[in-house]
Amino acid sequence: MMRFLLLFSRQGKLRLQKWFTVLSDRDKRKIIRDLTQMVLSRPPKACNFLPWRDLKIVYRRYASLYFCCGLEQDDNELLTLDILHRYVELLDQYFGNVCELDIIFNFEKAYFILDEFVIGGEVQETSKASVAKSIEEAESLQETMEEYLSKRTY
Amino acid sequence: MPAVSKGDGMRGLAVFISDIRNCKSKEAEIKRINKELANIRSKFKGDKALDGYSKKKYVCKLLFIFLLGHDIDFGHMEAVNLLSSNKYTEKQIGYLFISVLVNSNSELIRLINNAIKNDLSSRNPTFMCLALHCIANVGSREMAEAFAGEIPRILVAGDTMDSVKQSAALCLLRLYKTSPDLVLMGEWTSRVVHLLNDQHMGVVTAAISLITCLSQKNPDEFKTCVSLAVSRLSRIVSSASTDLQDYTYYFVPAPWLSCKLLRLLQCYPPPEDGAVKGRLVECLETILNKAQEPPKSKKVQHSNAKNAILFEAISLIIHYDSEPNLLVRACNQLGQFLQHRETNLRYLALESMCTLASSEFSHEAVKTHIETVINALKTERDVSVRQRAADLLYAMCDRSNAKQIVAEMLSYLETADYSIREEMVLKVAILAEKYAVDYSWYVDTILNLIRIAGDYVSEEVWYRVIQIVINRDDVQGYAAKTVFEALQAPACHENMVKVGGYILGEFGNLIAGDPRSSPLVQFNLLHSKFHLCSVPTRALLLSAYIKFINLFPETKSTIQEVLRSDSQIRNSDVELQQRAVEYLKLSSIASTDVLATVLEEMPPFPERESSILAKLKKKKGPGAVSVNELEEGKREGGELNGGGGERGGDNSTIAASNASTPSPSADLLGLRTGPQVSAAPPSAGSLLVDVFSEAGVNDDGFLSSAPPSAVSEDAAPPLPESNELLNKFVCKNNGVLFENQLLQIGIKSEYRQNLGRMYLFYGNKTSVQFVTFTTTVSCPGELHPQLNVQAKPVEPLIEGGAQVQQVINIECLGDFCEAPLLNIKFRYGGALQNLSLKLPVTINKFFQPTEMASHDFFQRWKQLSQPQQEAQKIFKASHAMDTEVIKAKLLGLGMALLENVDPNPENFVCAGVIQTKAQQVGSLLRLEPNAQAQMYRLTLRSSKDTVSKRLCELLAEQF
Repeated sequence: MMRFLLLFSRQGKLRLQKWFTVLSDRDKRKIIRDLTQMVLSRPPKACNFLPWRDLKIVYRRYASLYFCCGLEQDDNELLTLDILHRYVELLDQYFGNVCELDIIFNFEKAYFILDEFVIGGEVQETSKASVAKSIEEAESLQETMEEYLSKRTY
Repeated sequence: MPAVSKGDGMRGLAVFISDIRNCKSKEAEIKRINKELANIRSKFKGDKALDGYSKKKYVCKLLFIFLLGHDIDFGHMEAVNLLSSNKYTEKQIGYLFISVLVNSNSELIRLINNAIKNDLSSRNPTFMCLALHCIANVGSREMAEAFAGEIPRILVAGDTMDSVKQSAALCLLRLYKTSPDLVLMGEWTSRVVHLLNDQHMGVVTAAISLITCLSQKNPDEFKTCVSLAVSRLSRIVSSASTDLQDYTYYFVPAPWLSCKLLRLLQCYPPPEDGAVKGRLVECLETILNKAQEPPKSKKVQHSNAKNAILFEAISLIIHYDSEPNLLVRACNQLGQFLQHRETNLRYLALESMCTLASSEFSHEAVKTHIETVINALKTERDVSVRQRAADLLYAMCDRSNAKQIVAEMLSYLETADYSIREEMVLKVAILAEKYAVDYSWYVDTILNLIRIAGDYVSEEVWYRVIQIVINRDDVQGYAAKTVFEALQAPACHENMVKVGGYILGEFGNLIAGDPRSSPLVQFNLLHSKFHLCSVPTRALLLSAYIKFINLFPETKSTIQEVLRSDSQIRNSDVELQQRAVEYLKLSSIASTDVLATVLEEMPPFPERESSILAKLKKKKGPGAVSVNELEEGKREGGELNGGGGERGGDNSTIAASNASTPSPSADLLGLRTGPQVSAAPPSAGSLLVDVFSEAGVNDDGFLSSAPPSAVSEDAAPPLPESNELLNKFVCKNNGVLFENQLLQIGIKSEYRQNLGRMYLFYGNKTSVQFVTFTTTVSCPGELHPQLNVQAKPVEPLIEGGAQVQQVINIECLGDFCEAPLLNIKFRYGGALQNLSLKLPVTINKFFQPTEMASHDFFQRWKQLSQPQQEAQKIFKASHAMDTEVIKAKLLGLGMALLENVDPNPENFVCAGVIQTKAQQVGSLLRLEPNAQAQMYRLTLRSSKDTVSKRLCELLAEQF
């Protein structure tokens, strides 16, 4: 199973962190620091996999964002690249031409979409259409924009 | 700020995020955040009840602040409130906050669980999924207690929506992983297996992760999943790329599901049912065939998905390890990938081949790729790929290619990345040891290792080379010479100085004959490095110096001068100062005999698992160590510590220096002697013991005791040549006792008073393992009451090319003539081998030399004048009559060689006392060579007739 998924920018700014096992905040910070450093210092066109502690790290860069996850030993690295790609496709489908700013300003959406796709570190649904449908259904439960815009801000 | 494309824009949140992004400094950011926190706090505490939207917005801001890396200590209650909102987005944010920031506040957990319970029973699939995601995200024990019973019901209920089933399956998996005791197997388990047949691919995909995990823990209960998985896999593999519609990913049908099915099958042995197995083999072949087809798309996603399945299939083939045809095909496929332009594939092929290398069916096939792998080590641009190449070289190494691989790894080390140097060093050291045919190659390799990558050579590595040199006398001279040469380099690594100090201190005498490496030259060379070294190394060197004083009396004054200098004797480091003081004192007070005893050559180290192998395993994590090996270690440890207590009262218990690595502080005085040594500081007041306590040397010894050896009844009769073999060892304690085409038996032994310890090294010269290897040592007939011999058990299995060691403790109770018998039985390729040898334990081993002056000698000689006390033999010389050789042999006999006693300087006289438990037998010897006649006359006199006779017999064969 996937142990965690991190999204960070080329400048090392963390954009999303998803932990599928229980870790202390200290451990999390250390993992984030180590991995951002390690991945960002890798040359372009390097292999997308690297061993780290007892985990396999699989990462891939999409535009300005790095998607990086930690796998257990019996997980499949190539398939994980496909998971990352499918996640990007889902974000893209939701935001329409997704960019880093979408994820910054709508971080909660990025988490929701991930929950529809991966639970407890395992893929729950691989069909793009099905995930999109779940998200659509959820959206339909939301109040209209007008309802929100009429509310006081700040 | 981009326009929010969809959904519920929370403008305030967007403004806040935007502000944070515009902060120019960390301080500004913190200021802005504190302002926001104060604002939120006041809103939450304010009199006015907040509406759901505001609550959601503030909770979301808190979440954002937390994710930026700041602590959040409030807002939990507001988040919990959101859970019970009937507005989806409010509920969703509430759940997200709880998932990310859960704390184990029990009051809160109760409230959260309540909200989850409500949502689970709402029958609204969207709400149910949210609740299930939250349980899976938090996965705490409290949640498992609350929901582990409910979720299986949701999972298998007939009316549950597919999407809820998927979430429930994975949620249950998470709970099972965190609290397996709370997820009870039951009626639902059999129904879960049948989800493999579910029409909805998404349900199968989610459920199979759960089934795989459950199967790993309860394989029997889930056995039926094998045939279901095979048929599901078969349907997917044979389907056209468009059949599965949305579950086809870049023209590859259901890659996730395929991989998970292949992974599930790896929990089980190959299917027993012929039809199922046939179908599975067909699937695997189809997957291998598809790899050869032209790609259906140029997109990397296509090749990733396709190859993900291929690698998973290869993992399954390796797991089965029973289909030579598939294994070789897998190996060929990986061979192609080794040269693929995609770095990822090269990396994975190297990784996968590592496991293939350990299969007997594919080991040879893997070896054919050696050149490609070496090339990868040299040319790959990515360090993680190079690391994999190094791993594979290590895995494919065997006797046939060890020299090539070690040479390549050594040359790679010169430029290797810092991150992997230490591991490379360990690997080179292990391979060099494992496949050493001649140990001079081993010594060369390790010294090269220290030269090239000295900083990365851990203690374990240099300890190990010393252990091996000490245990193998055939390499000691070479080691001394090589290390002497290596130390000539103007700048050499401190580890080299350590090895040099240790080896020259022990074996410098072996090269001292050459004037270019005379004792003083050796000493000056070592001492020239002294001032550049750290304290532990200096301490080691000081010990080497005192050893020099013993080995080479001519260096005594020079070394004493050094020890006496202020920089030593007044050194601010306590350890160094103490060593200098004590060694100086020891060298000036102790007689040569005492010095020789105290500073005797190090006894061999007990053969154990190589300490470097253990280190590599540790580095690689527990996964790399098999359970057997771990238990082995535990057993060994327990025996060592517990054995002493059991047999503590037994006189035959001998304290063994059992340190598996020479600790620099216990280097010189590694061996404890005496019959009643216990783990507590010894009370026996011999000088030897005094030196121990005075020097403050740690006693790393453990008590060990040997169980009584069982005497086998069907042992083969002793080999005809065993008397001859026995004679070889009358005057020496170490060497090769026996050798045939299969087996080599080396021997090392040491004796103190009436006790002895013998180390037998059984070397398997073949490439096939010896199984049921057993040895028994027996004392036939009259020998039995005279000699107490106890053999420690020996490993029942000797791998091809490996060596195992056996320790034998010997106690001499009375004088004896016969030798104990050693019977060895083992199976080699099915055939039973059974051979018996005489153990070279002869009465002279228990000699204590006695120095005496001329007139004392003749006085004793006369006292022993009864005819039966004398034994005499006149015999023809069978070796050249070289005075030095004769002297060496007589010394090896164990008696003191007395100078200036016999009026004829050509003659040799010796004196000694044989120590048995029952009595001491004084013995005198006179050997008169007649060079013209090439004859000797040998006369023995001792207080016991049998001893004279036996000694005379033994010695007559030596000259």
